[in-house]
Amino acid sequence: MSEIALVSNPNVGLEKAQENKKYVNDLSTLNLGPTHPATHGIFQNILTMDGETIVDAEQTVGYIHRAFEKIAERRPFYQITTLTDRMNYCSSPINNMGWHITVEKLLGIQVPKRADYIRVIMMELARIADHIICNSILAVDTGAMTGYFYVFQWREHIYEIYEEMCGARLTTNMGRFGGMERDLSPVAIAKIQKLLDEFPKAWSEFGGLCTRNRIFMDRTREVGGISAERALNYGFTGPNLRATGVDYDVRVMNPYSSYQDFKFDIPVGTTGDTYDRFLVRQEEVWQSISIIRQAMENLPEGPFHADAPQYYLPEKAQVYQNMEALIYHFKIVMGEIDAPIGEVYQSVEGGNGEVGFYLVSDGGRSPYRLKMRRPSFIYYQAFTEMIKGSTLSDAIITMSSMNVIAGELDA
Amino acid sequence: MSNEQIVQDLVAQFGENTIYGIMENYGLLNVQVQPETVVPLMHYLYQHPTFKFQFLTDLAGIHFPNAEGQELGVIYHLHSLENNVRLIIKTYVPISNPVLPTLTGLYACANWMEREAFDFYGILFSGHPNLIRILNDDAMDYHPLRKEYPLEDATREDKIDALFGR
Repeated sequence: MSEIALVSNPNVGLEKAQENKKYVNDLSTLNLGPTHPATHGIFQNILTMDGETIVDAEQTVGYIHRAFEKIAERRPFYQITTLTDRMNYCSSPINNMGWHITVEKLLGIQVPKRADYIRVIMMELARIADHIICNSILAVDTGAMTGYFYVFQWREHIYEIYEEMCGARLTTNMGRFGGMERDLSPVAIAKIQKLLDEFPKAWSEFGGLCTRNRIFMDRTREVGGISAERALNYGFTGPNLRATGVDYDVRVMNPYSSYQDFKFDIPVGTTGDTYDRFLVRQEEVWQSISIIRQAMENLPEGPFHADAPQYYLPEKAQVYQNMEALIYHFKIVMGEIDAPIGEVYQSVEGGNGEVGFYLVSDGGRSPYRLKMRRPSFIYYQAFTEMIKGSTLSDAIITMSSMNVIAGELDA
Repeated sequence: MSNEQIVQDLVAQFGENTIYGIMENYGLLNVQVQPETVVPLMHYLYQHPTFKFQFLTDLAGIHFPNAEGQELGVIYHLHSLENNVRLIIKTYVPISNPVLPTLTGLYACANWMEREAFDFYGILFSGHPNLIRILNDDAMDYHPLRKEYPLEDATREDKIDALFGR
């Protein structure tokens, strides 16, 4: 096909290190992963070590690759929602909503305000759950177990809210094209209210355990730092980019789902190190709480889904009584509704950064091409640069604070 | 800074024959260029004093089996964070010689993105430092997202039920 030689050399890191004569005698290769208790997922890192210092690293990814983009080319649109769940499974509702908003843009569906607000509440709950996982496990990796157990009961509480909204906990499949599948139930409202009342105390106590903790600060400050220029060049988005001092947030730059109605701050760091990433996520949780509070206070009345019978699955009782509802139910479930021809790019602010969907539709029942922008996949390649010269234990917490999710990485 | 300004500037710089296929999809500007224009165009957009397209959001491969001589394509998503404007640049190459210049010199993130496009579509990026498969198995000798590998038809009837315990 071509004359370009393809380089396939697993020892590239070692060779690079051996060019530097200083290390040549006492280098060792350490295989960290693919399954290692400290990496929280399936990641393989081939580290070249000089004693305790990392000289070079080479990542291998793709251990849980499930060919989402290929599968999506066969499935009807509504069945792709379940694929998006399994990308960043720590904040699945954000991926679900991102996909719904993308398709709504293609179909030209106008979503009612109430549905927008419920979506915002769910997305912010997902962001809180995501940041709880990232920050509390970062604390575990530095040796602090207590805070993790303390805040994880609130993640459990958030999963109960998901359950109330969609019946599922982890892989949520929440929402439909055109809105939500059901309105906020009284139980869900009570649970959200409980979260708003009691979670801030827990979160500030967790912050108190870590933020000014001498041991925690010594472990995380000036560890795994990256400059704003390099971070942008590496395609960082989300909290990892904001920790370097760049205030890029999709919710503000390209508002979707009525985010322009809410008032919130974008926390930024300065040095982009592990401590800054931790602090940015801490503060983002406070902002998310504030957004949920605003959304609950100003929740508009009205329908919770758009009037789009061609795409929105009708209520089950209607299916038995109403001829049109039965027809639409059948057509939607069998995936017999053709989408218009078009190309759409829509992104949302996920737990780790910009989750983007580039959808090319040729007018058929499934996408011609669906490219998912997965933030972990793009920024994880900077890991080598971030850990070079640091110790192995620092590399572990750098990875932990970057919140690389294997499902999102490998699609 | 509007889409018209970008188009005018690019056409003035590179000529009408080089920048073509101009269209807007939901407000997002799309332009198409020849493969040899990609690198100069990207450098120009990166260094432009007002445009400052300095963020590579994504890179997507695509396959159109019926477009003769232009079967494989790469779609670059650029973002000018300062102006908050996005831009899509498309380029197509023949499947018999799918070679494109690499962008790794300009964007560090292009490294894995190009490896992904190579892995799934077999697009070769000349000058790439480490063009090997990234998500799929190294032993594979095909590029799975190409359209000649269809997924199983959901309505096929030639399966022997006994073999599946049905």
